[in-house]
Amino acid sequence: MFQNLDAKSNMLKRNDAKSLLSKYGILIALVVLIVVLSIATPNFLQVKNFLNVFRQISISAILAIGATFVVLTGGIDLSLGAVVAITGVSAAMFAHPGEYPIVVPVLVGIGVGVLFGLFIGVIVAKANVASFIVTLGVTTIARGGALLIADGRPVSNLDPAFNWIGNGEIGGAEGQIGFPVMILIMLAVFLIVWFVLNKTKYGRYVYAIGGNEDAAYASGVKVDRVKMSVYVICSGLAGLAGVMQAARIEVGQPSIGVGYELDAIAAVVIGGTSLSGGVGTVVGTLIGALIIGFINNGLDLLNVSSYYQQIIKGLIIIGAVLLDVKTKQKR
Amino acid sequence: MVDICKSFPGVKALENVNLKLKCGTVHALMGENGAGKSTLMKVLMGMYVPDSGKIIYDGREISRYSQGQAIGMGITMVHQELSYIPHMTIAENMFLGREILKNGIIDRTAMCEKAKELLARVGVSLDPKVLMKDLSVSERQMVEIAKCVSYNAKIVIMDEPTSAITDKEVDQLFAVLNDLKAKGVAIVYISHKMDEVLKISDEVTILRDGTFIDTFPTENIDIDQIIVAMVGRELSQVYPEKNNEIGEQVFEVKGLKREGVFHDISFSLRKGEILGFAGLMGAGRTEIMRAIYGIDKLDEGEIYVRGEQITIRNPGDAIKNKIGLVNEDRKGVGLVLPMSIKKNLTLSNLNKYFNGIVVGNKKEAELADKMMQMLAIKAPSKEQLVKNLSGGNQQKVVLGKLLLDEAEILIMDEPTRGIDVGAKAEIYKLICELAEEGKAVIVVSSEMPELLGLCDRIIVLHEGEMMGEVQREDFDQETLMKWAFAQ
Repeated sequence: MFQNLDAKSNMLKRNDAKSLLSKYGILIALVVLIVVLSIATPNFLQVKNFLNVFRQISISAILAIGATFVVLTGGIDLSLGAVVAITGVSAAMFAHPGEYPIVVPVLVGIGVGVLFGLFIGVIVAKANVASFIVTLGVTTIARGGALLIADGRPVSNLDPAFNWIGNGEIGGAEGQIGFPVMILIMLAVFLIVWFVLNKTKYGRYVYAIGGNEDAAYASGVKVDRVKMSVYVICSGLAGLAGVMQAARIEVGQPSIGVGYELDAIAAVVIGGTSLSGGVGTVVGTLIGALIIGFINNGLDLLNVSSYYQQIIKGLIIIGAVLLDVKTKQKR
Repeated sequence: MVDICKSFPGVKALENVNLKLKCGTVHALMGENGAGKSTLMKVLMGMYVPDSGKIIYDGREISRYSQGQAIGMGITMVHQELSYIPHMTIAENMFLGREILKNGIIDRTAMCEKAKELLARVGVSLDPKVLMKDLSVSERQMVEIAKCVSYNAKIVIMDEPTSAITDKEVDQLFAVLNDLKAKGVAIVYISHKMDEVLKISDEVTILRDGTFIDTFPTENIDIDQIIVAMVGRELSQVYPEKNNEIGEQVFEVKGLKREGVFHDISFSLRKGEILGFAGLMGAGRTEIMRAIYGIDKLDEGEIYVRGEQITIRNPGDAIKNKIGLVNEDRKGVGLVLPMSIKKNLTLSNLNKYFNGIVVGNKKEAELADKMMQMLAIKAPSKEQLVKNLSGGNQQKVVLGKLLLDEAEILIMDEPTRGIDVGAKAEIYKLICELAEEGKAVIVVSSEMPELLGLCDRIIVLHEGEMMGEVQREDFDQETLMKWAFAQ
C-alpha cells in the first residue's frame, strides 16, 4: 500500500491533467470557434460584432445561469420560456409612461418569477414530484396566464425609461460604440452567482445535494429548503430575463420565449454541468451560452439559412453531451 | 492465466499476474483493496482485454473474448455490488437475457419452476414471483448466487459473496460450493474474511499492488502468513490494546420504537465506553441508529444526552447535540462522491466554523489539512475528489467529518465494511483512541471478532428486540451467536 503511493500519485496527476482538460476543454472549444469564425468571416472580429453577440446572449445567459442552480441539484426547469413571457407581460402592464417609476415593473417581473419558482420548488421539494413534470405543467400554466392577463395581445406603449433596460447603452457618444445595459446586467448576475456558488455555504450545499442528497441530509443540510430555493432563484432570474426581453422589444409579448428553456439548458450542458447534478460551474455555463451565441452569429454572417442553423445547433448540443459522457467513462 | 498485464491511463493495475485454476477446487484470491483482484477477474470475465499475457482455458489459448463469449464458455461471476432489476420478479431476473421460450413467447410457468429448483439448490425457499425489490439484501445475494450456478458454469467467480448474508446462509453457500466442487467446477473466491477463506478454499493466491505474490495450498498457510503476504509487513496486532477509562453516563435511550422495525430499545452509554451492537441482518441495528440520528422517524421513545431529554427531528438536531453517525452505507449516505476531501470534511460543519455566509477558505483548508494528517488519509491533496479514494481512505474522511463536528457520542455502523486489513487496523486504533479521549462510542458490526476485540460491552439484537447484554469480561462468542439467533 505504501509502496504503491508513488504509482497512485502518478495516476492522480494524470487524472488532474485530464480533469484540467475537461475543465478547460470548453474554453478551448470557444477559442477555436472564435478563431475559425474570424478566418471565415471578415466582419466577425470586430468590437461591434462582439458586443452584438454578448447582447444577443444576455437573456439566454441569464436563463442559463439560473438553470445552472437547478441542474446542479439534479433537477431541470422546462418552464423558463413561458415564465419569460408571463413575467415580461406582467412587467409591461406596469410600465406605461408616467404611471410608475421603472423600478416597479422590474420588481413586478422578478416577483412574478419568484412566485412561480416557489410554486415549483414547494411541489418538487416537499411532495417529491419530478421537476421535469412539474415544470412541464408550469409551462402551460404560465403561457396561458400570460395570454390571459394580456388578453391575447401584446402590451405596448411602454415608458422609454423602461425600454432603456433593453436598448440603452452606456457611453457611446455620437458615432461611438456604447456598452449595452443588457450586457452589464448579465455580467452582474454572473458575478453574483459565481460568488454564491463558489464562496458561500449555500453554494456548497447546492453542490452537495446534487452530488448525494442523502449524504447532504445526513450531514445536517436542510435539503428541502435548498432544493426549493434553487427553483426560486431560477424562476426569479427568468423574471429578470422577462423584463429585459420586454424592454428590448418594447412590448410585453405573451407569445414570446418559446424554446428559450432549451437554449438555456443546452448552454448549461455544453458548459459541462452534469444533468445528474453535483458537477458543473457557472463559468462553464457562460461559456456555453457564448458558444451558442457565436455559432448563431457566425452562421448568420456566413449566410447559412436559419433552418440549417437549427439543425447544426442541435448536433452541437448532442456532440457536447457525447463528449461529456465519453470523458467520464474514460475515468 | 499467465503473466497478465493490464494498465489504465497512469496506473499499472496488473503486472505479470498468474492464476491457475484447477477443476473441482475453490481458489481464494486475496489482497488489499486496490491489489488488482477485481481487475484480474474482469479480465477473466472478458470485460477487459489484457495488454499482454495469455489466458489458457481447457488447454487452448484464448486471447480475446467478450463477456458474452465468457458466459458461453461457462465463466460466470457473482458481483460484489449486486446487479438486478428491482421491478422484475426473481424468475425474470434469473433468466434475463436467456428467457425460456415456448413458441417464441416467454414461458412463465417453466421459468418459475426452474427458478424454484435453482433456489432450492442453494437452500432458499423463495417464491420466484416475488419482485427483487421486496427482498432483503441477503435474499438478493442468494438469488444472485443461484443465478450464477444456473449457467452450468465451469468457472464461478464470487466477489465477496458473503458481505451481505447471514452466518446461516454462509453455511448454505458453502454447501453449494462443495456441491459445485464435486461436479468439477473451479471456483474463484474473493473475500476479506480470513476464517471463511481458510474454511472453504483449497488454494490461496495473494496479490499486492497489482503484482502476483504467491499461490499456496490452504492447508500450509495460516492467517498471519496471509496477512503478511497481503500487506507486505507485519501487522503487530489487528486490535489495539484498550486503555480507555469509562466515566459517567452521557447518553441514554428509553423504549425506542419504530413500528414493525424495532421496539423496547433501552440502553445507556458512558463516557469513554465502546458499546457494541451485534445481530444478524435485519435485526434492526442500523435502523435503530438511523432513528437515533434523525434520518428515520421514531414512533416512540425518549433520548437523553447528559441527563437532559432531547428531541431529534433531523440529522441537524443530532449534530447539534454532538451525536455523530458513521453510516453503514459509505457511498450512499456518508459521502458526496464528486466533492473534494476538504469539502466533504467540512460539509456538516459549515455553520459552526464559518460565521456569515462566506465559507472561509483559509480556515477550512487548515482544518482539512489537520484532519488529513491526523487520520493519515492518503491522497495527493485535500482537493482530491473522494470518489477517487480507496474504501479505507473514504471511511477515514467519514470519520474526519465526525471529529470536526466535535461529536461526543459517536455511532459507527459497520465502520470497516469493505475495507482492507491495513486500513481496518488503523480504524480500530482510531476508535480506541477516541474512547481514550473520553468520547462515547457505539459500534455496530456484523463481524463478531471486531466487536469482541473493540467493545467494553455488547448488546445483541434479534428481529428488532434486545436479547441481552454482556460485559467485556464475560464475552463469549457462542452466547452472543445464540442470542443473535434467538435460541
